[in-house]
Amino acid sequence: MGAPALAPAADAGADDLALRLDGVSVTFDTDHGPLTALQDISLSVRSGEFLTMLGPSGCGKSTLLRTVADLLPVSGGTVSVIGRTASEARRARQISFVFQDATLMPWLSVIDNIRLPLEVGRGNGVTIDAPVPAEELLAMVGLKGREQALPHELSGGMRQRVAIARALICHPKILLMDEPFGALDEIKRDQLNVELLRIWQETGTTILFVTHSIPEAVFLGQRVLMLAANPGRVREVVDIDLPYPRHLGLRDQPEFIERAAHLRQVLETC
Amino acid sequence: MAVVDQQEAATDTPAARREKVRQRKAKTWRDRWPPLAAVVGILALWELIVVGFEVPTFIAPGPGEVVVTMIERWPMLMMNLWPTALESLAGFALGNTIAVLIAVGFVHSRLAERAFYPIAVFINTIPIIAIAPILVLIFGNGFTPKIIIAALICFFPTLVNVTRGLKAVNPATLELMHVLSASRWEVLMRVRLPSSLPFLFAALKIASTTCVIGAIVGEWIGSNVGLGALIIEATYNFRSPLLYATVILAASLAVVLFTIVTLLERRLIRWKVDAAAV
Repeated sequence: MGAPALAPAADAGADDLALRLDGVSVTFDTDHGPLTALQDISLSVRSGEFLTMLGPSGCGKSTLLRTVADLLPVSGGTVSVIGRTASEARRARQISFVFQDATLMPWLSVIDNIRLPLEVGRGNGVTIDAPVPAEELLAMVGLKGREQALPHELSGGMRQRVAIARALICHPKILLMDEPFGALDEIKRDQLNVELLRIWQETGTTILFVTHSIPEAVFLGQRVLMLAANPGRVREVVDIDLPYPRHLGLRDQPEFIERAAHLRQVLETC
Repeated sequence: MAVVDQQEAATDTPAARREKVRQRKAKTWRDRWPPLAAVVGILALWELIVVGFEVPTFIAPGPGEVVVTMIERWPMLMMNLWPTALESLAGFALGNTIAVLIAVGFVHSRLAERAFYPIAVFINTIPIIAIAPILVLIFGNGFTPKIIIAALICFFPTLVNVTRGLKAVNPATLELMHVLSASRWEVLMRVRLPSSLPFLFAALKIASTTCVIGAIVGEWIGSNVGLGALIIEATYNFRSPLLYATVILAASLAVVLFTIVTLLERRLIRWKVDAAAV
C-alpha cells in the first residue's frame, strides 16, 4: 500500500469508492416522539481519502460514523462499505473505530491491547488473515519499548496511540475516528495530528474523522463534510486543496487561515 | 541525565543502602507502635479492672486467665475450630459462586433481574438467626444447614456488587467489542468479568468475615461440635475463660479468611481503574 492518490474525489470511479451513502436517514424514538438525527445524507468517499466531519453539537456527526460502523441501524437509504453492507464489512474487519476514550482494557498490557482484535469475533464469522505484527504497529505509533506497560502507566496521548495501533492491526479499509484527540491538550493534539497524517500516508487507509475543531478539520482533511443540525443534514462539502505532507507551520499561512475562516462562516449558518 | 546518573550512583553505595534499610525499619516501627501500644494498654486496663474490682471469673475473666485457658484447652479448641472453618469456607464458596452466576444472568436478562431481584432482597431482609431454625428442621443436624446459612449470609452483598460491577463498563468499550463482532460470551469473559473483579473483591472481603458468623449461628441451633456449640456450652456452664477463648478463636478465623482474600486481590488486580478507563 503506497501513498494515497490525491486526485479530487469527483474524479474517482465507482469501483474506487470506500464508502457510499444514499439518502441515509436515522430516526430515534424518544419520549417526545420520533427524532430525526440524520436526514437524507448522500455521500461518496474515495478509497484512501481523508475526510473530516465538522458541525455543531447535535448535527449527527457521531451518528453518521456509527451507522457506517454498524453500531446504529439506518431508518432509510443505504450504506455501502466497499460494495458491501456495513454489517458484512464489519465482519470482514474492514472497519475500525477509534473513540474519544481510548477504551483500552486496563488489565491488558499495551501489546495485548493491540492484539485484542485478533482474539475475538471468530464465533461471529470474522476471518482474520495476515494481521500487521503488533510490534510493527507499536513502532509506527512511537511506543516501541512500552510493550508490557499497563494502560494506567501511560499518558492520555499514549493511550490514544495504542488505540490507533489496535485499530490498524487488521488492515482496515476504513478508519472511523470520533473526536479521538478531543480529550487531549492542544500540544498533544497537534503532535498527534501530524503523526496521524504520517500513519495515513504509510497505510493508505481511508479515514473519516469527526472533530469539533476547525483548525483540526482543515489541517487533516482533503475534504471537510459540514453538517447542519436539527435535523442533521449535509450543509456543504469543502475541498481543502493544500498539499501533503502538511506541517504544523501551515496553520500560520494565509491559505490555511483563509480556508478556516470560510469554514467558520459556513458553521455560523449551520 | 548526568545529574540523574550521579544520584543513582550515590544510592548504590553500601553505606547509602544501609542507611535506606535503617530508614525503612524506622518508618515501619513508627507506623506500628501506636496500635501495638493501644492493644497492650487496653489488655493491661482490663486485667487491672478485673483484679482491682474483684470481678468474679464467671462474669468477666481477666486476659491472663483467658490465655491460660486457651493454652490448656488448645487441642479441644482446635477440634471445634475445624468444623466451623470447614462450614465457613464451604458456605463462602457456595454463596459467592451462586451470587456471581445469578449476577451474570441478571446482566444478560432484564426480565430475570426484574423477576428475581425482589426475591433476593426479601431473603436478605429475613434475619439470619430466624432462618437458621427453619434450615435445621429441613436439613437436620449435620454440616448442611450450617453451610447453607453461611452461604446465605455471603450471597446478597456479592450479588449486588457483582451485578453493579458487570454493568459498570464504559459504553464505548461495548461499542468497540461490537465493531470487533465479539460474541456475548467474549464480552463477558474479556470485558465484563475482569472489570467486575474490584467489585467482586469488595464483596468477598465482606463475605470472608460474615461467613464465619453464619456458620456459628448455624451451630447455635443444633450442634454439639464447632465454635458455635462451644460458645453455647461455655455460656450455660459459666465457663467464661473458655467462652472468651472461643470468641477470640472465631474472630481469628475471620481475620485469616479476610487476609487471604486481601492477598488474593493484590495478586489478581494489578491495574488501576481511574485513569485507564479513559
